[in-house]
Amino acid sequence: MAVVEIKKNVYWVGAVDWNIKNFHGYSLARRGTTYNAFLVLDDKVTLFDTVPEKFRLDLYHQIHKLIKPSDIDYLVVNHVELDHSGALPFMVEKCSPEKIFCSPMGEKSLLSHFHRPDWPVQVVKDGDSISLGQTNVQFMEARMLHWPDTMFSYIPEHKLLISSDAFGQNIATTRLFDDQNDLSLLLSEARHYYTNIILPFSGFVQKALARVRESGLEIDMIAPDHGIVWRSHVPEILKAYDDFSSQRIREKAVLVFDTMWHSSEKMLKALGDALVEEGLEINFMSLKKFHHSDVMGEFSDAAALICASPTHNNGMLPLMANFLTYMKGLKPKGRIGAALGSFGWSGEAPKAMADILETAGFDVPVPPLKVQNVPTHEDLARCREMGKTLARSIKEKVAGQKH
Amino acid sequence: MEKWICEICGYVYDPAEGDPDNGIPAGTRFEDLPAEWVCPVCGATKDDFVKEA
Ligand SMILES: Cc1cc2nc3c(=O)[nH]c(=O)nc-3n(C[C@H](O)[C@H](O)[C@H](O)COP(=O)(O)O)c2cc1C
Ligand SMILES: [Fe+2]
Ligand SMILES: [Fe+2]
Ligand SMILES: [Zn+2]
Repeated sequence: MAVVEIKKNVYWVGAVDWNIKNFHGYSLARRGTTYNAFLVLDDKVTLFDTVPEKFRLDLYHQIHKLIKPSDIDYLVVNHVELDHSGALPFMVEKCSPEKIFCSPMGEKSLLSHFHRPDWPVQVVKDGDSISLGQTNVQFMEARMLHWPDTMFSYIPEHKLLISSDAFGQNIATTRLFDDQNDLSLLLSEARHYYTNIILPFSGFVQKALARVRESGLEIDMIAPDHGIVWRSHVPEILKAYDDFSSQRIREKAVLVFDTMWHSSEKMLKALGDALVEEGLEINFMSLKKFHHSDVMGEFSDAAALICASPTHNNGMLPLMANFLTYMKGLKPKGRIGAALGSFGWSGEAPKAMADILETAGFDVPVPPLKVQNVPTHEDLARCREMGKTLARSIKEKVAGQKH
Repeated sequence: MEKWICEICGYVYDPAEGDPDNGIPAGTRFEDLPAEWVCPVCGATKDDFVKEA
């Protein structure tokens, strides 16, 4: 790859992972991703973050285009997850840094990842600042965005925020800047990324955004660790994060299902028809066709999640259990849920799904509905009725959200 | 009543609010939280909490 100067004497020296499709084993990255690392050439030559271990030589060669890697003085570790720190041991060996800066939680995380108490780690706290010569770095705690150790690095002379995983997107590209890409694509990838990785920490995002607003911090570039660098659309991505983290919802329902002989699918489809007739947007997604992270990407601005599964060995089908476990962990707030499905003799699935939705904090305004074997016209009419009732609850919920 | 802070994520347990999402009514002292109660933000156990200074 080519190195890219993003600000005077600040270079992108990261790696592009064109062919990755599964991000860390839990979320899809259909467009690949990048691992961004940034090198500042100043009196103290400083490298911000690294790349996964398997890309360590790419990083090394990138740096070589600018300086001898042994000239690096400081390493800044904004976050110790292995996609940004895998190449760290190699870099420490190659450049024998004078200091490695990280957050207080970062110190513990470095130790439990690499077991190297001999490294010259220097802990920095929120608000601490270091000089690199002409430029300075201010550290901002960004705890739980998305790991306990996460911090941001801000270079005031450049109005540059190096933001670790926040504001990132999974896109493999050599067009490093936002304005070289289609903005709506970037924002939709940012949403997919947010929903699957940062959603549980939305409260922290709100606090971080408020702090940025109150501090009057000037930001004209945001450089996350994945995907493109924001320079022309900084207000748009900040606004998007405000929307994502306040979990604004629309009159939209995601209908998610698995099925053996299509009865549960038919029931859900009838319910969906009623929703559409009531003017709602729906998305009808088979868990056999859609990955759980894609369903969550769709669900992120939806008011309702409606689940259908037949009863299978006294419970729900495994893809539904998988999806609901994943969904619950992401802690969506302020939503409506409902469950239904076909059964042969005992019929536990709809209630089991509704119970999970309830413990996940969803309003479940309609009791779970089950139908024996193949639905009749009357059964499908009941599904439609359920849809009508849900449509009313959904509209009330959307109307009632705070502005 | 004293507030307690999660050392992992910074969440503050305020007895005046309790943790209603997880069935802990307002007015519950930190000491009286069930042993299996965990930080609603990061999942840390009670041992990871310190009294607010
Ligand atoms: C998105 C994400 C969420 C995580 N959530 C938790 C968590 O809630 N609690 C925890 O103890 N560790 C959490 N972890 C950390 C992993 O458990 C940790 O990185 C572990 O060492 C990975 O093990 P592996 O190498 O077998 O995948 C999370 C990691 C990621 C990427
Ligand atoms: Fe991360
Ligand atoms: Fe990452
Ligand atoms: Zn916590």
